[in-house]
Amino acid sequence: MSVGIVLVSHSPALAGATAEMAGSLAGSDVTIAPAGGTDDGEFGTSIELIRAAIATADNGDGVCVLMDMGSSVLTAKTLLGELEDEDDAPRVQLADAPFTEGAVAAAVLAATGQDLDAVTRAAQDAWTMRKL
Amino acid sequence: MAFDTATATAWIIRCADEVRAAEARLTALDAAIGDGDHGANLARGLAAAVSSLTDKAPDTPGGVLVAAGRGLVAKTGGASGPLYGSGLRKAGKALGDETDADAAQLGEALHAMQTGIQELGGAAEGDKTMIDALAPAVAAFREAAPDGLAQAARAAAEAAEAGVAATVPLQARKGRASYLGERSIGHEDPGAASTAIILRALAEVTA
Repeated sequence: MSVGIVLVSHSPALAGATAEMAGSLAGSDVTIAPAGGTDDGEFGTSIELIRAAIATADNGDGVCVLMDMGSSVLTAKTLLGELEDEDDAPRVQLADAPFTEGAVAAAVLAATGQDLDAVTRAAQDAWTMRKL
Repeated sequence: MAFDTATATAWIIRCADEVRAAEARLTALDAAIGDGDHGANLARGLAAAVSSLTDKAPDTPGGVLVAAGRGLVAKTGGASGPLYGSGLRKAGKALGDETDADAAQLGEALHAMQTGIQELGGAAEGDKTMIDALAPAVAAFREAAPDGLAQAARAAAEAAEAGVAATVPLQARKGRASYLGERSIGHEDPGAASTAIILRALAEVTA
């Protein structure tokens, strides 16, 4: 079992490709579900796609959600509020993290079997990883 | 008059009609400093809000606003969906089971809407967002509430429209427009503009 990861982007291709890349760097033990674009495949955000991706990613150990910006963030926050009001909702944390670097960090940590707090923290710590 | 189920429903339908009529103008405003989808997104979200009312026909004004909010959140596709949608749901919840809300009750509901939007989006007055129209409108509505619903809604619409004009010299501090820095100055904020349409629609259905 491991923490699941959901990647919310305005772009279906960006969410999908980032999930693919983070998965290849983390290994196969982590479920990374993309939630990109609107429910008709356009650029934008869909609360139902995010909800479905959380259900896909949840293995019982909780789900860490990363968002690119703007409506992705606002929609994920809105969904989190809805889930708090529901019984038997999966445990979900939103990571305030850079999208690509955070996704890779979260996936690598999740693959080691760390818990949800640690995975979210790893995603957020990605802000501090300098490149140059 | 009271803000009852029929009036609440008429408000949402009027919002959908007026936003559809203003879709090109909202999109043009958004193209100047945003990503050019505000008109289309909000028209789609409000169309979903209207459908959710015809599907379910809530029997309280609060129920109407909650259902409309859910439709907006589900279908808008841009930032205005969660913002207006969560705000309407907060307003609807504030009305509770009331069947005939008076101006004071609707004023509190609109205040709950404003608070909900600010909690979600984190914008303050002066950030060049919908809050620059909504905050003065809610204040004007509550101040005029003792004069009745029609007066309060008219005061709110006028305050919102003044708020829109006041966004022109502001520099954006939220959303995509904030990346533009000083280049966001000189443009009307599209979120404030759609807020003014929504409040003008309220004034029209309560006149």
